[in-house]
Amino acid sequence: MIALKDIRNAIGIGLWFMFLTFPLLVIKVNPVEKTVIWRWNNMLLIGAASFVAYLVSHIILRRRDARQKRIRQGSEQITTQSNLLFLKTPKFLLALSCTGLLFALVFPALFSTYQINIMITALMYVVLGLGLNIVVGVAGLLNLGYVAFYAVGAYTYALLHLHFGLGFWAALPIGGLLSALFGILLGFPVLRLRGDYLAIVTLGFGEIIRLILENWNDFSKGPSGISNIPRPGFFGLEMSLETAIIYLYYLMICMVLFTIFVVNRLQNSRIGRAWFALREDEIACQAMGIDKTRTKLTAFALGATWAGMAGVFFAAKTTFINPASFTFLESAIILCIVVLGGMGSIVGVIVGAFVLILVPEYLRVFADYRMLAFGVVLVVMMLLRPQGIVANVRRTYTHKP
Amino acid sequence: MPPSTLPLLNVSGLTMDFGGIRALDHLDLQVQSGEIVALIGPNGAGKTTFFNCLTGLYTPTSGDLKLNPPGRPEMRLNDLKPNQITEQGLARTFQNIRLFANMTVLENVMIGRHCRTKAQIFGAIFRTHQTVREEQAIVEASRAILEKMGLTSQADEFAGNLPYGAQRRLEIARALATEPILLLLDEPAAGMNQHETKELSHLILAIRQEGLSILLIEHDMKLVMSLSDHIFVMDYGRKIAEGRPEEVRNNLLVIKAYLGEDFIHA
Repeated sequence: MIALKDIRNAIGIGLWFMFLTFPLLVIKVNPVEKTVIWRWNNMLLIGAASFVAYLVSHIILRRRDARQKRIRQGSEQITTQSNLLFLKTPKFLLALSCTGLLFALVFPALFSTYQINIMITALMYVVLGLGLNIVVGVAGLLNLGYVAFYAVGAYTYALLHLHFGLGFWAALPIGGLLSALFGILLGFPVLRLRGDYLAIVTLGFGEIIRLILENWNDFSKGPSGISNIPRPGFFGLEMSLETAIIYLYYLMICMVLFTIFVVNRLQNSRIGRAWFALREDEIACQAMGIDKTRTKLTAFALGATWAGMAGVFFAAKTTFINPASFTFLESAIILCIVVLGGMGSIVGVIVGAFVLILVPEYLRVFADYRMLAFGVVLVVMMLLRPQGIVANVRRTYTHKP
Repeated sequence: MPPSTLPLLNVSGLTMDFGGIRALDHLDLQVQSGEIVALIGPNGAGKTTFFNCLTGLYTPTSGDLKLNPPGRPEMRLNDLKPNQITEQGLARTFQNIRLFANMTVLENVMIGRHCRTKAQIFGAIFRTHQTVREEQAIVEASRAILEKMGLTSQADEFAGNLPYGAQRRLEIARALATEPILLLLDEPAAGMNQHETKELSHLILAIRQEGLSILLIEHDMKLVMSLSDHIFVMDYGRKIAEGRPEEVRNNLLVIKAYLGEDFIHA
């Protein structure tokens, strides 16, 4: 199973990691007493850990390669599709959604306001993830500036309230529509671009929106932001802060359900199929009579709509917004949610959002290592499970004569 | 089959330049309604370039591409986008298979129905009666096509997992789903064994029986000679010969293009 060569490689990897982490994990300088603490046992730990990790990953990867070879030779059937089909059975989905919904409904009664706030954030990222999933996961258009639409939604509400005194419920559809409009606006110039080029232009677009908001003081009040944005109202009822947050929580649950409902129907429609086909092969897609321009623009617009509405929710939740909330890091996190969760899979994106937003919140003890862990998780996922936590399963159509 | 007054497809003076290279040089070609026409020639002769011009992937430098769909006025295809050309009734397959590999076999064919259906965002979200009915019709029509192509048992497989011959058939199935009047096949028999090629030839004849015209690029001479009503031979972007199979077989220019000068003198 393990050849001498593998052991040698593993030793090499171990030494390499010992060398790499030497300055970080071995040397500890105490600037007050001007002493250096040498933590040699850390070095040994790192060496041993990377030695074992290399061997384990090597075995896993080799077994996978061997299996793929067998599949290619035809001696083993590919089982991914049928193995995962239970995810699509109504029974499983019903059980899953019932449990999820029940938990969501009793959540505020069980946990503190702090927890509810975190949950609202996570739910917002679910909506954002599902929206970006349309663009990246389904239509295959890599968008790195998605946060721009989030910002458009948030600022729509903030500015409309500031200048015209518009409430949350009026701002919600307007925010969505305006974001969709911006989606089309971005879509037009990038119609011809694909892959890396598209990613760079969308990245630029995201930065442009943020820089405009930061520098156009007369319009957006610049870096000082807009404050005193009201929380969503309930027929003018006065609410305590706690009730308002619980109310917002339930609104967010409704919003998530609405998003899942619409996105699911879109994906399983003629338009959704066209998006998937566009992701698979643009040229064949056109040759099959699909209007590329239109399909791309609808993907951009419908993806942006959700970001816009999530933005309105964000403004209502924090009651204060400024451009610092809409940096590239946000786009990156939303993209990670989609990629880690599983491109094109609704359940996957929901799981991804909860994992990526909740885990760092509850593991604040290890906050120092957050980015490190983030990187490790991404690398490991791309190596072992590039299709995401929950892979997208294609729908089968039962024959109804 | 007697030629009708106007050919179904009429290509005249088609020229395509890539920078200084002339890939197609004043190509003339006609396809009569109901014919199986083959386009042959050595590698690099410009056959696939011609297909790409015809299906709108390339914009030709000059020349005319005209389609005479039955019961409709003549249509110039030059400035149409690929999807519009498909709507006009031209459907193609690709030399290097371009299936939607991560979609199921059935879905691949359902994509072909896209340009003949019209459900929009509103219909998709609210699942109106019309959309549901249309969706059902798409599934049924697609299943019928799969049945015809002998792919029913693999309907729920990923297209990328099919064996090679089945992938080729699926490409044809997908093209048929767009309800074409002229089917363009780019090397449909490439990589097939004798048995599969024979099946393919029956399939093509069956498709013709349904009233479709077929234009195919093919290197398998046995297949070309047995199927075609008319053959066009290209070399270096020009048409060097055309005619019935036996005429082309004995044409000196064709032999020269395929086998070289020496072969004739020998």
